[in-house]
Amino acid sequence: MQRLLFGDNQFFGVNHMSEEKARAQAMRFQDLDAVMEVLDAAYDEGVRTFMCTTHDRVAEICDRVRANPQRYAGQEFFPCMPYAHKYANAMTEDGPLGAIRRFLPDEGFLNAAVRGGKSLAGKDIEGIVTLLVDAEMTMFRGLRAPVIFLQNVVVDLLLGLGFDEAFRIFADHIHSRYQAEPGFITMNLPRLLDSLDRVGVENPVVCSNINKLGFRMSGGLEEYARVLEERQFRSIAMSVFASGAIPPREAIEWVCAQPNLESIVFGASSRRNIASTRELVDEFWPAARPVHNATSA
Amino acid sequence: MIRIGIVGLGKMGLSHLAMFKAHPDVDLAGVCDSSGYVLDVLGKYTGVPTYKDYGEMIRRTDLDAVVIATPSHLHAAMVRTALEAGLHVFCEKPFCLNDADGEALTKLAADRGLVTQVGYHNRYVGSFGEVKRLLELGAIGEVTHGLAEAYGPVVLKPKGGTWRSKKSAGGGCLYDYAAHPIDLVTWYLGAPDGVSGSRLNSIFSAEIDDEVTTSIQYPGDSTVQVSVNWSDESQRKMTTRLTLWGTTGRIFVDRQEIHVYLRDTATVPEGYRVGWNVKYTTELTEPVWYYLRGEEYSAQVADFVTRVAEGRQEGTNTFATAARTDKVLSLIARDAASPGGLSFDDGAPERDGTPLPGRAPAGSAEKRPLWRRRRPLVGQGGGR
Repeated sequence: MQRLLFGDNQFFGVNHMSEEKARAQAMRFQDLDAVMEVLDAAYDEGVRTFMCTTHDRVAEICDRVRANPQRYAGQEFFPCMPYAHKYANAMTEDGPLGAIRRFLPDEGFLNAAVRGGKSLAGKDIEGIVTLLVDAEMTMFRGLRAPVIFLQNVVVDLLLGLGFDEAFRIFADHIHSRYQAEPGFITMNLPRLLDSLDRVGVENPVVCSNINKLGFRMSGGLEEYARVLEERQFRSIAMSVFASGAIPPREAIEWVCAQPNLESIVFGASSRRNIASTRELVDEFWPAARPVHNATSA
Repeated sequence: MIRIGIVGLGKMGLSHLAMFKAHPDVDLAGVCDSSGYVLDVLGKYTGVPTYKDYGEMIRRTDLDAVVIATPSHLHAAMVRTALEAGLHVFCEKPFCLNDADGEALTKLAADRGLVTQVGYHNRYVGSFGEVKRLLELGAIGEVTHGLAEAYGPVVLKPKGGTWRSKKSAGGGCLYDYAAHPIDLVTWYLGAPDGVSGSRLNSIFSAEIDDEVTTSIQYPGDSTVQVSVNWSDESQRKMTTRLTLWGTTGRIFVDRQEIHVYLRDTATVPEGYRVGWNVKYTTELTEPVWYYLRGEEYSAQVADFVTRVAEGRQEGTNTFATAARTDKVLSLIARDAASPGGLSFDDGAPERDGTPLPGRAPAGSAEKRPLWRRRRPLVGQGGGR
C-alpha cells in the first residue's frame, strides 16, 4: 500500500464539519471533468491510489481510467462498499429484504437467481453477501483493485449485532474471487480487531479514524495507542485532521508518530493541498521507517 | 446488567439492536419481529433469542425494559402492554398517533414509576444541545421568531413498499420527518399556543404527505415557520436545521455546526463573544463507547440504560415531552385539513376602511392581523 491514499468524500458532498461546505463541494464537482482534474493532480503528485465508495459516479471515473490506460498506468482503486445511503434510503422505501433485492446484480442473472434465491430461502447469508459484493464490484472490472473494503456503517452494524461471521464470509470472498486483500473501515477499532480475531481473519487491513483529538475513535485514544502497538493488523488512518479541527502540520506530525501505521487516507480539492499534505508526510514520515507487520498489497 | 428486549427489526430496530447489544451493561434478552426472515438470520448468526410474538417475548423473557421500533400505529398498544407488565420503555418516534393515547400512557408510566424515553435523537446531538443551553442562559434574549427546516431524499417515486408510505400506519413526512425539527422547537420553546397556515403537500406519494409547512404560534406574536420536504434529493442525506432570532442575537444550527451572533446588549456566555461565534461538532460532541451512525444514537441509548439502572423517571426525552410534540403534529394535521386564509380575489384593500393584514394603524384597537381573526387558531385547548 502507498503511504498516502486519496479519498473521495470531497467529490460527493461529504463534509463532517459543515453542510454548507459539503454543498459547495457537491456543486463544484457536479461535472466529472472537475473530479478528474483533481484526481489527475493527485496522480501527478504521486498519490495513485483512489480509495472510493461505490457511488454511481465512481463508475464514470472508472470508465475514464479504463479509456486511457497510458495516462493512468499506475492508478489503483481501493473500493469501499456499499455506498450506504443508497441502501439506507432503499430500506426506508422497500424494507430490508426489498433493499437487498433491488441491488442484486443484473448480470449473470441465472447465477444470481440461484445463489440469491437459495440464500434467501435457506437464511444463509453467504450467497447474499457475495452477490452484493459482486454487484458493487462490476464497475471496477479490468482495473486494479488490490484492497476491497467494507464500509464503516456496515462493519460497525455487524460488529454491534455480533454478526462476526459476515466478516469472514466477506474476507474469504475477496481473497478467492478477486485475489485481493479484504479491508474493513470502522469507528470502533479495538472492538473490531477482537471480532476479526475470533473469526480468523488474519492481519486484516483496517481503516479507522486516527487523530490527535480522539474524534470518532470509539474505545478512546489510549486504547487505540495500545492496539496500534500490540495488535497484528495493517492500519490506515483516516480523518487525521478531524474534519479540519486540527491544523494540517500538527495533525500530520502527530499521526506520523503513531506506531505501525501503513497509510493515511486524505481528501483534498486542489493540487496545492494535495502537494502540501504529501510534503508534510515526507517531512514527518521518513521513507525507511519499518512497519512490523507490513506485507505488500 | 439491564435485560432488554427489542421489538421491530426495520432500519431503526436493527440499529438499536446493534447499539444495545454492544452496550457493556446490557443483556440483550430477546428480539421480536413479525417477519421471520430477518429474525431467523439474526437468531442463526448472532444467537440472540428470537420471538415472533410480542406478548410471548414479554411473558417468557425476564426483561427490565423493552425497545419498541415498530411502525408508528402499533406503538400505543405495545407500550401499554409493556407498562402493564412493569417494564421500562424506549419507544421510537413519533410516540403516539393519537393524543389521548399519549396522555394516558404518560400517566400510566408515571403512576407505575417506570422510566420512559422516545427516540428523538436530535436532543443528543452536541450542536442542538448547545442551543438549548444558550437559550436557557438567555444568550439571545427573548425569541421573537424561528425557522425550523428539514430536507432529504426519502421519497422520490410514487409507490413505496413499506408502512412508511401508508397513512393509516403513521407514514408521511409530517410524522416521520417534520417530527424531528418540531420536537426541537418544543424542546427549545415549550408547548406552543397553536398552529396556523399548515399545508401537507404530496409531491410523489399517492397517499401521504411529502412536504410540510406551517406556522407554530407562541405567546406575544412570536412564530416559528416550519419548512420540511423529504422528496428533496438535492440533499445527500437528511439535514435538520433551525434559525432562531432573539432580542439580543441570532442562532443558526444544524447537526454539524452552530453559528451564534450576539448583539452588544446580549448576556454573553463563557466561551462566546459579541459578534459571530462558530462552533463545530468536533468540539461539541462527547465521545461514545460504540459508534454506529452518529454519536447521538449511541448517547440516547446510553442515557436510557443509565436512567433504567437508576430508576430515574425524569429525562431529556420522555413520554411527556414526546406527547407534547405529538400534539403539535396532530394540530398541524387538523389545521391542514381545514380551509382558511385570505383569498387573493377577496382583497378589497381599505375601501371599506378595513386595514390590510398586519398593517393595523398605530393605536388601532385591531391588534391582530386580519387573517388571524377570520380563521381561528387551531390551539392546544380549543377544537373547531
